[in-house]
Amino acid sequence: MNICQYDRPHPAWRAGALLLCAVLASACGSQKNPSRVEGGDPERGRLLTQQYQCAACHFIPEVQGTNGDAGPSLKYMGRLSYIAGSIPNQPDNMVRFLQNPPAVKPGTLMPALGVSEQEARHMAAFMYTLK
Amino acid sequence: MNDLQSVLHPAGADAAIIHQFSWVLFVGGTVIFLFVMALLALAMRARARPIRPAIWIFGAGIVFPVVVLTALLTWSTWRSAQLAPQSSHGAMTISVTGKMWWWEVRYRDPASNREIITANEIHIPVGESVYLGMTASDVIHSLWVPALAGKRDMIPGRVTGLTLRADKPGVYRGQCAEYCGEQHARMAFHVIALPRAEFDAWLARQAQPALPADTTLLQRGRDAFLAQQCQACHTIRGVTDVAPHLDENRIVDTSRLGPDLTHIGSRREIAAGTLRNHRGTLAGWIADPQAIKPGVFMPPTPDLDGETLRAMATYLEHLK
Repeated sequence: MNICQYDRPHPAWRAGALLLCAVLASACGSQKNPSRVEGGDPERGRLLTQQYQCAACHFIPEVQGTNGDAGPSLKYMGRLSYIAGSIPNQPDNMVRFLQNPPAVKPGTLMPALGVSEQEARHMAAFMYTLK
Repeated sequence: MNDLQSVLHPAGADAAIIHQFSWVLFVGGTVIFLFVMALLALAMRARARPIRPAIWIFGAGIVFPVVVLTALLTWSTWRSAQLAPQSSHGAMTISVTGKMWWWEVRYRDPASNREIITANEIHIPVGESVYLGMTASDVIHSLWVPALAGKRDMIPGRVTGLTLRADKPGVYRGQCAEYCGEQHARMAFHVIALPRAEFDAWLARQAQPALPADTTLLQRGRDAFLAQQCQACHTIRGVTDVAPHLDENRIVDTSRLGPDLTHIGSRREIAAGTLRNHRGTLAGWIADPQAIKPGVFMPPTPDLDGETLRAMATYLEHLK
């Protein structure tokens, strides 16, 4: 007997299994990643990251652009322990750093681009999705 | 649809004629194609009616193409004659040189009759014909602003010309349309059509030397620019062409290997349409252009500390 042979399941089972898959898939799709930053929307943050062209210096997955290498890759920014190698990677620090990097880390190459606090919240929320 | 660079959104008379040609050819071609397909379907019916070959061979094979092509030739010749004359007579002339991979743009200052050099942006007065006198300094490039006119090649050792006219103010993106090497795809520019008064004001500002570095940060940026020998390729009028260490303000040689940066802060983008222009992208570009536009002739600057590089980027952004 061919071991690959199997009986096709009853149509009702198949329909049920399909339905279950669909429900699970939609649950995964619609599940909102709770933002780690209060008032920050990761998707708007991603668009802002694109608009400010952060990719001129950083490699950022999901952001169109040039993927420069003057700054570090942000591929795992969401799970790094420190921002810029020395500042604890906490949402408040991230928001402050994005607004004015030299004020938080003197001597850094990264300039202050005039990012508003609200914009920085969105961008920080996006940073924490990069894991 | 983004109409920043689109043949489907003509903003000048020439582009409108080209736009009309395109639609007539698309629609006409589609109609004829559908007609032929319908004939094919008829011919493939199981029980086809007998036909008279002479009618189809002479009618569809000779008379129809002769009539259609003659009509198209007459119409397109008549419409083409309405394209703007490609002549510098009575038109303001702007010199554009294609380089790997950016555009040098030169104006004649009406006040001093001196040359004003800028890059990657062609400002024109709206509603006026402007003649671009074009050449290339390395390989063949081609200048194309789809919303304004057709393409025209830029050939080393020759001068070609293209008349541009924008009928409404706006920003129109153009790009190189002749493959010219590794970064051909990142060789874009903008045509910015301004009302005459604004254009004159813009030209007068461009004629000025660079803004002074009037804060410590800006001075630090300017000094770093000079210490890094950026003037080997770039000119900042009022900075790199005077030698402050000499008693008299002696004019020294300036380089045109890279874009003139006298008013770089006033431009929309850097690296020929590669990045938006602000201190962040400027810093990233200076630090490592090769990561952003691999193969570009500008070398990386890996030996600057963060603060100095930020100062340099801030200084360039300040040069409005």
